[in-house]
Amino acid sequence: MTDKVIYVMYDDDQVLKDGAMKLVSKGIKISEVFSPFAIHGIDPIIGIKNTRLGIMAFLYGLTGLTLATVGMRFFMVTDWPINVGGKPNFTYLQNILAFIPVTFEFTVLCAAHGMAITYLLRNKTLPGMPAQNPDPRTTDDKFVIEIRLSENSMKEADLDLLLNETGYIELDKKNID
Amino acid sequence: MEFQINKKAKNLIYGLIGSGLLLSIIGVITGMGDAHFKTRLMTNGLINGFFFFALGLGALFFLALAYATETGWYASVKRVIEAVAGFIPTGIAIFAFVLLVITFMDGAHIYLWMDPETVANDEIIQGKAVYLNKPFFWFRTLVYFAVYIIFLNGFKKRSLEEDRIGGTELHFKNYKKGATFLVFFAVFSSTSSWDWLMSIDVHWFSTLFGWYTFAGMWCSTMVILVMTTLYLKKQGYLEKVNDSHIHDLGKWTFATSFLWSYLWFSQFMLIWYANIGEEVTYYVMRIENFKFLYFAMFIINFAFPMLILMSRDAKRNAGILTFVGLIILSGHWLDVYIMVSAGSLGANAKIGALEVGMAMIAAGIFIAVILKNLTKAPLTPVNHPFLDESIHHEI
Repeated sequence: MTDKVIYVMYDDDQVLKDGAMKLVSKGIKISEVFSPFAIHGIDPIIGIKNTRLGIMAFLYGLTGLTLATVGMRFFMVTDWPINVGGKPNFTYLQNILAFIPVTFEFTVLCAAHGMAITYLLRNKTLPGMPAQNPDPRTTDDKFVIEIRLSENSMKEADLDLLLNETGYIELDKKNID
Repeated sequence: MEFQINKKAKNLIYGLIGSGLLLSIIGVITGMGDAHFKTRLMTNGLINGFFFFALGLGALFFLALAYATETGWYASVKRVIEAVAGFIPTGIAIFAFVLLVITFMDGAHIYLWMDPETVANDEIIQGKAVYLNKPFFWFRTLVYFAVYIIFLNGFKKRSLEEDRIGGTELHFKNYKKGATFLVFFAVFSSTSSWDWLMSIDVHWFSTLFGWYTFAGMWCSTMVILVMTTLYLKKQGYLEKVNDSHIHDLGKWTFATSFLWSYLWFSQFMLIWYANIGEEVTYYVMRIENFKFLYFAMFIINFAFPMLILMSRDAKRNAGILTFVGLIILSGHWLDVYIMVSAGSLGANAKIGALEVGMAMIAAGIFIAVILKNLTKAPLTPVNHPFLDESIHHEI
């Protein structure tokens, strides 16, 4: 199925935000926005749901907590008990205080790395992956709105008229298969 | 819109002070025969004098921090912070009175180093006498109070001036004064907690103590700021404050709870691990006499905010914030209670009518002064350079 994608470029994030608001109010679906930095308040306008990264961070944290506890119990208590200055004295629970810093560090480590990797995977921006943005300038100082004709019932000519009102600086159309 | 104290708030204040007085009188009558009564009375004075003064001081610190870092989002809740910081003069009056009475009672078994008889028989205290003696103690205390009041008055004056004149000149002056205050506060927050609280356990010392006390104070202040903002919002004031401001204040409560827990644990773990007799006595005293309260207090102040305030929605919900806030606040009051009573009363400490009553009186006065301060200035600053940013604050 062929589709036509319209890339509308702006040179100011506020102009883009106002433009997006105007387009959405006319019932146009914006499939993506590319920007060199986070634009505050754009998510609810173009209908992006709240991120679930926080939930994942919590789960990764729990994994780290469990791994650290199980690991240290095995290393320090079951497998090869070491007595350091009377502590740990061969029970985990009585010496839990000594294990808390390591548990904490490992929880943070797992949560942070898990979050970073999930984020990169989800955005398809792992090192070496091909770039997703339509124009290299969106990593510099330009902002782009992406609209797909297949997702909108409006005719292309009507859409162009609407876009003209939003104050873009460049318009690019591309046919994709 | 100017804030006006409504009838319900007045009733709450009178109710708190009235029932507090009643409970205190019951406490005095039932406890009078006790041999430790005087110490118990002064211990309560010290706990509440310090705790409520520290709530105001935390707000002054937060205000100075916002000035020094040129924070933008807080502009629309700035008057709330100023009103809480405005408790400092009253707080100082109460706290200084308590300290003065204790000094005239030669320490009242709270500050052992004030009692000449104890010092004569105690080599360790003699070694600390250069620092811990009445004149120097009062010199330091008065310097702390003077510096806090001078900065508070300056901030308040310039804040009202900004409403009239505007411009950025006052803003940059505030920026410099805020940074200067932080320099003073960095030293004073540690030394004043040594003087007022750590010297109760005179044989013991910890370099972490200042930060630990300061973190508890900061956390309680954030709770007060959240609850005051929510209260004003519910009454229909502060129309410029949106969900994001509440969320940010909630985040501060959450973060400072962690700061406090982190420092509490750091102090506890290091001393537990090293297991040196001189150091562990501090915790042995607390675990022997206050085992349940001490660990319950830690759970309340750590696990409770962590689990409940973790989600974004909870930090935007007025009901949850108020509920958690009230519990954390009582948790931090308990923290100060144990800090003071474990050293002064030890096994003879108990929470009875006197403790609850005196805390209620102090809380009543605190609320009354804050609400009075809120009526004195417009609730939203007019010409704050970051006001526009604050109104559009969105996270």
